[in-house]
Amino acid sequence: MIDLVMLFLLVVCALVAIHIKDLLGSAVLLSAYSLIMAVVWTRLNAVDVAFTEASVGAGITTVLLIAAISRTARGEELMPRARHVLPGFVIIVVTAAVLIWGTLDMPDFADPNAPANLHVAPRYIEHSAEETGVINMVTAVLASYRGYDTLGETTVIFTAGLGVILLLRGRKR
Amino acid sequence: MNMRVSIIRRVVSRIMIPFMQLFGLYVIMHGDSGPGGGFQGGVILGASIILYALSYGLDSARQRIAEKTSDILSSTGVFIYAAVGLVCMLIGGKYLQYNVLPIGEPHFASHIGILIIEIGVGITVAAVMITIFFETARKDERVEK
Amino acid sequence: MIELILGKYNYWIYITLMMIGFYAMISKNNLIKKIIGMNIFQTAVFLFYISIGKVSGGTAPIVWDGAVRYENPLPHVLILTAIVVSVSTTAVAFALIIRINRAYGTIEEDRILEINRQGTGE
Repeated sequence: MIDLVMLFLLVVCALVAIHIKDLLGSAVLLSAYSLIMAVVWTRLNAVDVAFTEASVGAGITTVLLIAAISRTARGEELMPRARHVLPGFVIIVVTAAVLIWGTLDMPDFADPNAPANLHVAPRYIEHSAEETGVINMVTAVLASYRGYDTLGETTVIFTAGLGVILLLRGRKR
Repeated sequence: MNMRVSIIRRVVSRIMIPFMQLFGLYVIMHGDSGPGGGFQGGVILGASIILYALSYGLDSARQRIAEKTSDILSSTGVFIYAAVGLVCMLIGGKYLQYNVLPIGEPHFASHIGILIIEIGVGITVAAVMITIFFETARKDERVEK
Repeated sequence: MIELILGKYNYWIYITLMMIGFYAMISKNNLIKKIIGMNIFQTAVFLFYISIGKVSGGTAPIVWDGAVRYENPLPHVLILTAIVVSVSTTAVAFALIIRINRAYGTIEEDRILEINRQGTGE
């Protein structure tokens, strides 16, 4: 039951965040959305992911969003946008219908025998602690079995930092 | 960002920042035995500096951690990560095969290897978050001059 | 029918969230709103991934004597990576928006296109 309430709150936060005209309010709602999402992930037992979302999504992204708003414009302009609304609405309805049709073939929620849970994961669950000496399986997979991914990802963060420096740092006087 | 430095904000952040940094380091070092790791710990470390900047002003925070320092640190983390992989290769293992590291039995070596790269990830993430914040929140006039 | 709904309703809520973000990305005029929509979209996709790794009766994937079954750690790892990449893309997007605002004086898409059209017309 609590899960349903959380999911409902997520939908409400998302809807209001994109509806209101005050961007600062949107930023705060997006932060609330991230924090509720972190709670949902804790309920799904994805503790590492929830931790990351709570610190990155609800923390850093909000700060960056507010900083960006403070340097641009706070309000969204009211413009005659009738021509935008209808095509957008049609596109999302069609996409949602296709996606929902796709879920009909998927295994049920939390099915232990779903194909996604039967192939590589059992090996990680059974052997990661003895092979890497680390009892948190997420860390073991992240740093050891999929170390290349994480190296690439650290490079992505570094590149993002470089990109921001190149875009925003002025020339040295 | 032009902000008045309020006494409440200053005192509260002065109390909170050491604990945030301690917690960030704890999260990085205990990523092997509980939720957490380099990313989360790095973000918390970065957030502590961001809190300092928010309560004391950007210029004052830049005196604490210079532009050059955070730039160098953000590449240092990636370098540590890649260097661990290379060391494993030089010793005779595969790239990022931690259990060949000469620090005792394979089990332990692998544990230490994971810890070192987590630290590398933490350094990069913290430094990049600080850099991104400072560049995004900077006053426009300074850049356009 | 009831079984179908009980087994799948989670996915449908995730799809609703994705579509809310998607709508903001394609229909909103304000660039920051588009980024907010992108964040909602991304987070909904992450939620979808995490729920694929959910196993009924499982515990968090940290070795523990009392555990009967663990959640699938693989989606957690992938999404952990994806969250950090998403904050990187968001940061670069904000940097681009700040530059656009400096060049055009606005962050509304219509205005920017108008200014561009005037620029080429002259």
